[in-house]
Amino acid sequence: MNKLIKNIYQSIGLPRLIIFAFFILVVFAAGFYNMDVLSLMSNVLRRWGMYGILVLAMVPSIQCGNGPNFGVSLGIVCGLFGSLVSIELDIANLSIFADNKHLGAWMSLLFAVVLSALIAWFVGMGYGVLLNRVKGSEMTVSTYVGFSVIAFMNILWVTLPFTNGDIKWPIGGEGARNTITLANSFSEVLNNTASIGNQDTGLFVPTGLLLFFFLFCFIIYLFLKSKTGIAMSAAGANPNFAKASGINVNKMRIIGTALSTSLGAVGIITYAQAFGFLQMYNAPLMMGFSCVAAVLIGGASTTRARISHVIIGTFLFQGLLVVALPVANSVLTGTDLSDIIRMIVSNGIILYALTKAKGGAANEE
Amino acid sequence: MKNNFFTYTKKQCSDLIKGIYSNKVVLMFLILCIFGISTTGKPLTYTISEVFSRFSRNTFLVLALIIPVLAGLGLNFGIVVGAMAAQIAIFFVVYWGLSGVSGLLLCILLSTPIAILFGYLTGALYNKTKGAEMISGMVLAYFADGLYYLLFLFILGGVIPINNETLMISGGVGVKNTIDLTGNLKYSLDNISMLILVRTILTLYFIVSFANLWVRKNKEGRTIQIIKLVLIPITFGITFIPMVSQFMGTDRLLLLDAITIACVIAIIYAVVKLISIRFIQKDKDTDINRLISILIVAVISYGLTYIPAIYDITLAVYLPVCTYAAIILLCGFNRWLLSTRLGQNMRTVGQSRTVANSAGINVNKTRIIAMCLSTVLASWGQIIYLQNLGTFSTYGAHTMVGQYAIAALLVGGASVQKANNKHAILGVILFHTLFVVAPLSASNLFGSALIGEYFRVFICYGVIALSLAMHAWKTLKKPEVAKGDK
Amino acid sequence: MDTNYVLRMNNISKEYYGTQVLKNINLSVAPGEIHALMGENGAGKSTLMNILFGMPVIHNTGGFDGTIEVDGVPVVIDSPHKAMELGIGMVHQEFMLLPGFTITENIKIGREISNPTFISRIFGKSLEKLDQKAMAKDAKKALDTIGLNIEEYTRVKGLPVGYMQFIEIAREIDKSGIKLLIFDEPTAVLTESEADRLLDTMRLLAKKGIAIIFITHRIDEVMAVTDSMTVLRDGSLVDRVLTKDVNPVRIAEMMIGRKVEKLLDDTDDNRTISSDDIILDIKNIEVKMPGERVRGVDLAIRRGEIFGIGGLAGQGKIGIPNGIMGLYETTGSITFDGNEIDPKILGDALKKGIANVSEDRRGVGLLLNESIEQNITFTAMQIQGKFLKNYGITKLYDKKQALEHAKNMIKTLDIRCTGPDQAVGRLSGGNQQKVCIARALTLTPKLLIVAEPTRGIDIGAKKLVIELLAKLNREQGLTIIMVSSELNELRSICDRIAIVAEGKIARILKPEDPDAEFGLAMSGVKQEVHKDE
Repeated sequence: MNKLIKNIYQSIGLPRLIIFAFFILVVFAAGFYNMDVLSLMSNVLRRWGMYGILVLAMVPSIQCGNGPNFGVSLGIVCGLFGSLVSIELDIANLSIFADNKHLGAWMSLLFAVVLSALIAWFVGMGYGVLLNRVKGSEMTVSTYVGFSVIAFMNILWVTLPFTNGDIKWPIGGEGARNTITLANSFSEVLNNTASIGNQDTGLFVPTGLLLFFFLFCFIIYLFLKSKTGIAMSAAGANPNFAKASGINVNKMRIIGTALSTSLGAVGIITYAQAFGFLQMYNAPLMMGFSCVAAVLIGGASTTRARISHVIIGTFLFQGLLVVALPVANSVLTGTDLSDIIRMIVSNGIILYALTKAKGGAANEE
Repeated sequence: MKNNFFTYTKKQCSDLIKGIYSNKVVLMFLILCIFGISTTGKPLTYTISEVFSRFSRNTFLVLALIIPVLAGLGLNFGIVVGAMAAQIAIFFVVYWGLSGVSGLLLCILLSTPIAILFGYLTGALYNKTKGAEMISGMVLAYFADGLYYLLFLFILGGVIPINNETLMISGGVGVKNTIDLTGNLKYSLDNISMLILVRTILTLYFIVSFANLWVRKNKEGRTIQIIKLVLIPITFGITFIPMVSQFMGTDRLLLLDAITIACVIAIIYAVVKLISIRFIQKDKDTDINRLISILIVAVISYGLTYIPAIYDITLAVYLPVCTYAAIILLCGFNRWLLSTRLGQNMRTVGQSRTVANSAGINVNKTRIIAMCLSTVLASWGQIIYLQNLGTFSTYGAHTMVGQYAIAALLVGGASVQKANNKHAILGVILFHTLFVVAPLSASNLFGSALIGEYFRVFICYGVIALSLAMHAWKTLKKPEVAKGDK
Repeated sequence: MDTNYVLRMNNISKEYYGTQVLKNINLSVAPGEIHALMGENGAGKSTLMNILFGMPVIHNTGGFDGTIEVDGVPVVIDSPHKAMELGIGMVHQEFMLLPGFTITENIKIGREISNPTFISRIFGKSLEKLDQKAMAKDAKKALDTIGLNIEEYTRVKGLPVGYMQFIEIAREIDKSGIKLLIFDEPTAVLTESEADRLLDTMRLLAKKGIAIIFITHRIDEVMAVTDSMTVLRDGSLVDRVLTKDVNPVRIAEMMIGRKVEKLLDDTDDNRTISSDDIILDIKNIEVKMPGERVRGVDLAIRRGEIFGIGGLAGQGKIGIPNGIMGLYETTGSITFDGNEIDPKILGDALKKGIANVSEDRRGVGLLLNESIEQNITFTAMQIQGKFLKNYGITKLYDKKQALEHAKNMIKTLDIRCTGPDQAVGRLSGGNQQKVCIARALTLTPKLLIVAEPTRGIDIGAKKLVIELLAKLNREQGLTIIMVSSELNELRSICDRIAIVAEGKIARILKPEDPDAEFGLAMSGVKQEVHKDE
């Protein structure tokens, strides 16, 4: 019996236990402070679907041996670009969709998803080639590649000649706006599809969003069960083994990176549609860290990750943030504790994972 | 002799050119800077005085990065933690209402133990994540940022009662966004006059020499020691001559004067050395060539100030003496450390932990010492930075410290495994020139300062990414080549 | 004994986890004597040296029995530092040098000369200033002693490999009071002329009264330079002899000679092997595998035979299968069953019907965290597309079929496990090896290459693995190439055995050939290579 408990404890791990306990604690606290638990839960569900695919992007990257993809911002900017093109072309309001606004919004979303996933795939391949050259320091390099890409795209956002009124500043100002509303394109289209409940009162389940998230989880799950997916996981787990079985390890790593980047692109579009706005410029800078943290909280390590880790991790992490905010506000009025909790929890869990990664990223000479 | 000297000069010059050429990053930035400077649309004096003021503000922080590189810890993204230590100290000093030199001293006194503690913790973390120090450092910086917010937003005022309306957010919990340092710590180091500096240094030197004479057991070199002891009070006396004390009474030194003084000191040093080598030691060494070249360079630089364009610039720039003195001292400290047993141990650990271990060096301890030193220096650097800036943005002052300092060091030609004072100084000059110039040029060329703004951030991140990638690539390639040779 | 020995190790015994690795070993060396310590891999040489240096690995595993005397005084050596203080030095096989440091700095590593300064008097010794001049002087002296003419301020980076060995030696003799110097396979990485110089240096040092222990397997070098030798075999002392009393053949016999314990019971053998029916023909292959380089090997493997490849570690025997499988850069021609195999294409050999069981079971052979079923089916799925089910748009892993196959394999190969879901990392060595073989067999190969199949598994499991291989060969007619460091194992199962030395085939022998022949071939004593019988 004792051994069983110990085994369970070890498989869950101390930090996960703490976070889970903390989560339970804040949920009870929310009840204690007489908060609207239902609306909090709706919020948790919404954020779960919102961040899910971005976190899912970590799986191929970890499985192919690159470690958590701190450079997911590469995919994010691709997603932003795809969305901008979709808005610029005003697909949602094309004349063929005139009598069905909902369909138009869907089309504009799909267009953005497909376009940006394609671009991201090619970008990811190039990025994969780079990461193959820096084996052993992928995390360090990818963090700064992510940062530089964001900074580089900032220059582009300023200079690209957009004409759509949603993108441009209304008067003066250069380039794209800081936040671009999606009200005229695909804002909340997933959330509202087949949704259950009412947004203003009681529990609201964004069924479409969650289904979209689970669909992607399922696709990735299938991919991991395919010949290529299994080969990719083996290349990540033991490159020498894979090589001895005639697998081109570098190619597998490139596939993993490209897939991760594409998921990043799809992820940010899902995020943006749920949020209602595209956040440009430096907004996505630290998003990679949150995603890494979420998958680690879910139980992944820097070398192994499963779909279940994504689902659990995103729920716990986002849930914690959503519930903790109002609770903290009622304890300490007038301050924003949520962001601080996010910083401490997310970076703390990454640090913990790094100290546990024995030889994972070690570069012994 | 003459012939010898020419070959020496030739070799030095070709080494310099080769060095610049082989280091593409430096070359690229040199070109970018020159291009940028020529397109700012502002007078050169403006750019240069801006660069000088940024130089005095930032160099100390960049120099704090050198020790960890030598000890094999890579680029220390964790210096942010040192900056936080400084900011905690500054907050309390401002809160207690101290100002000027005493405030500055208290800042240093307070931040040092905090920084040592932080450095120790960082070092312990790095020892647990060997081989992944840099990514740990980055994440640590953000993690510490969270704790810092917690401290300044909740604990100060919330747990520790702080009654100060100018510092705290109305309601008493949490510190305001910006703290104005005008009137308390602003320019507290910059404003220390040369006279005080020189007198303090002389006094300290006198005490040290005297103690040294007393402590030292063997009689060797005693006469020189005694001569020193006599000379120091004489110099001290000179500072009381009205003309001298009047000149030295200022805290800012005109660039022209600074160049003149530097040239004179260099010439005196070279001549004295030459004489002592030729007539006293009679030791013919290659050192003579170096001294002669110092002489010539000094004379030429002095001569250059007579060119009108340069003359104008030298008249427009004022240097805060004490800040520059601190930078020079730190350069000296870095060099001195390398000549000690500890420094040698750090280099050994940096090159190979296995070899260091088998040679009986305590690897973990050496690494922690290196981290403590770096963190303490970083905290002092942040104090220098903030006292010069004059406003302390409570939640933003430290966030970019690590990245900017690292980028500057890398721009100067350093790498993950190699860094020295020269890299730091050259890097700060190039990086901050670009920083000053980029928005100006961009608004001049494209009519948009924003592009330049983003461009310089991109450059900062990009150069770090590039350098990390190059390093990873090299270390990946090296073992393969080494094995292939067998 | 009348002689004054610098070092005497008496009745040294050592157990690792219940296995006796050293039994009553005596070793004694006199001042100025060059003493060879000889034995095959695993004979106990390195354990003995670890004991002498007080390595932590010895103390962590329960210490050892026996006594050590230095200069006739019993000593306790509990740390490498203590060994150093007693004047025992070691020249490592892998260089402990820092490329970025100068020669002086390398020689003086950890033992820098420093002068106290004002600051160091306050803050302690670690802030003393280094005395570069004195260090350079010492380094120069050490370099002069061994006759190495090189500027002491040169950086080690970029120096030829041969020089590095000498710098290591200089470092050891720079230590004050060095009495005994151990050379661990020092000539392995040197060219012939460098090796000659090294031997000269050893003589020179011996003349100065320093005792030398020379660990090597090269018999000709031993004959050339040593005064006496101690031969170990399987952890026991064979003999201590004077070099002038023996000849190379005798040494080889002492190293190898053992009664062949039968790993395989006699079985019916109704195979017909013809020397004309060649299944694998290798011509002049060179493999750039680090540490196991192959420098031009020709081999012709007959259909249906078990062919053994033996030799000492580092000589290149492991490189041959790795080269065939295309895992390292390889040149030369490989013809397999009428098809050309291109070693540059990864997986080409696998596709054409050669299966390989890697020598590095845990590192290359297995996915330790994955299940037995995954490990068994992986290669066949990737190479031959087995265990995939077609779902129209995509093919997915067919878990059902895979499980069935895995269960089958578990039964036929008798893999002891809780089920096909168990992670292979939790299996014993022998069962892991069976999983590796199962994976290879899943490919239904025409030729099976097995490298070091019994490394690190206990004697009972060893026998099972050997029997399994024999069974596959006898019953299914599978051609097998077996690469092994254990000569005994090869001789109990193989039809022919090639001995590899210095990256080339030294000889091809029959299992019943005399011990000395094997010993000489392995020790690289230059002989005419007999082209088959």
